[in-house]
Amino acid sequence: MRRWWVRGDRSGCRGGPAATELHWCHMSRLYRDEGVVLRTIKLGEADRIVTLLTQGHGRVRAVAKGIRKTTSKFGARLEPASRVALQCHRGRELDVVTQVETIEAHRVLREDYGLLTRAVPMLEAVDQVAPEREPAPALYRMLTGALRTLAQRRSPVVTPAFFWKLCSLEGFHPLLDACARCGTPAPEPGPDDGADPRALVAFDLDEGGTVCRSCARGGGRPCSPGALALLGRILGGGLNAALAEPPGPAVHEVEQLAVRALEHHVERRLRSAALL
Amino acid sequence: MAVYEGPVQQLIDELGRLPGIGPKSAQRIAFHLLKAAPEDAKRLARAIVEAKERVSWCRRCYNLAEGELCAFCRDERRDPHVLCIVEEPRDIVAIERTGEYRGRYHVLQGAISPIEGVGPEQLRIKELLARLPEEGVTEVILATNPNIEGEATAMYLARLLKPLGVRVTRIASGLPVGGDLEYADEVTLGRALEGRHEL
Repeated sequence: MRRWWVRGDRSGCRGGPAATELHWCHMSRLYRDEGVVLRTIKLGEADRIVTLLTQGHGRVRAVAKGIRKTTSKFGARLEPASRVALQCHRGRELDVVTQVETIEAHRVLREDYGLLTRAVPMLEAVDQVAPEREPAPALYRMLTGALRTLAQRRSPVVTPAFFWKLCSLEGFHPLLDACARCGTPAPEPGPDDGADPRALVAFDLDEGGTVCRSCARGGGRPCSPGALALLGRILGGGLNAALAEPPGPAVHEVEQLAVRALEHHVERRLRSAALL
Repeated sequence: MAVYEGPVQQLIDELGRLPGIGPKSAQRIAFHLLKAAPEDAKRLARAIVEAKERVSWCRRCYNLAEGELCAFCRDERRDPHVLCIVEEPRDIVAIERTGEYRGRYHVLQGAISPIEGVGPEQLRIKELLARLPEEGVTEVILATNPNIEGEATAMYLARLLKPLGVRVTRIASGLPVGGDLEYADEVTLGRALEGRHEL
């Protein structure tokens, strides 16, 4: 027996209010949603398990049957970073993908090694933090936006900015305008910063923010003023200006710090970050 | 948890370590072997031991080989100036079935997979670079899989090999013969259009 729900009427369906417009399901537990492919792993002879971050169902793991065959109906649609509209059949642990349509293929990300090595760590990070079968609309919007920005602007700041925003979304918003250990506010920038003990010169992941010169003796990763300024722009509403930053030591520093911060937060290594 | 005693459990445990074999399948295969004629089980055991003892990696191309070199590297009739780069030995079989290629091969034994933490240093890339001047290679055909790992590997190799003055080519992507155009995905169809040729 088949039941139909139109926009707004979601009774009896999992997925929350963010799921697709014409949402339908029936007794065989079919659902429709859109999502970004985070990773795929081989299964058996010709199948793959595809992990997606969906708009309405959070992180979903589903089997794409026969996808590795050249005649597969899925083709290249379920490759990492693709944004797709899909229909799945809900299973106990793994769902089964029944239909897929491409929304954004992000071909440029797949065909440029430099961009690919920046996109994959974002996908891995989301795979680590996204809740399974729980809608995470803010995370979904952030990921789709970051992939689109990376494809269009090719900025080296996209991935570290995404990591910092992800940390912030997860509740780890770093303190950047005062010492996270002693609470002393940062002094106004001036020519004698080199000697000022209140100047913020390091970042302490345990304390969750920048630390002043006096407190930095007790630990923390040294940070250049350029890197701290860039980090301030990323998290302080100046992301557009930060994305225009050319590759350089400050970007590299912020990137390394972002990877450490995220790894510290999820308590796991980000394997793909090694290729950044 | 061990359910059976001694050799039966040992056999189930060993079979269960094989890829794609879960505990239930391991148990089913173990009981099939126990019920089978002793000669059948011995023949299987001999085949495994013999394959392990006699087969190793070709020291030139890293394909499977009985002895130092594989059949393709020993074959003097093959063009030594063209190298086809594949991920796994089984990809060689697929290419050989076409009957279109007469050059030699190089097996990377994997592909770059950032998410699995597989980087270029874990592949046979250093050995490939050593082969190019040694064998006077003029063309390298990148025949890695057309998925994200294979594409990443091909892009990485192209960047590495082009400055060496070698012609670097990539196998074409397109529609499978016998398929319907309407079912083709956007990326594959886009590439098929890009790679169109005049008739």
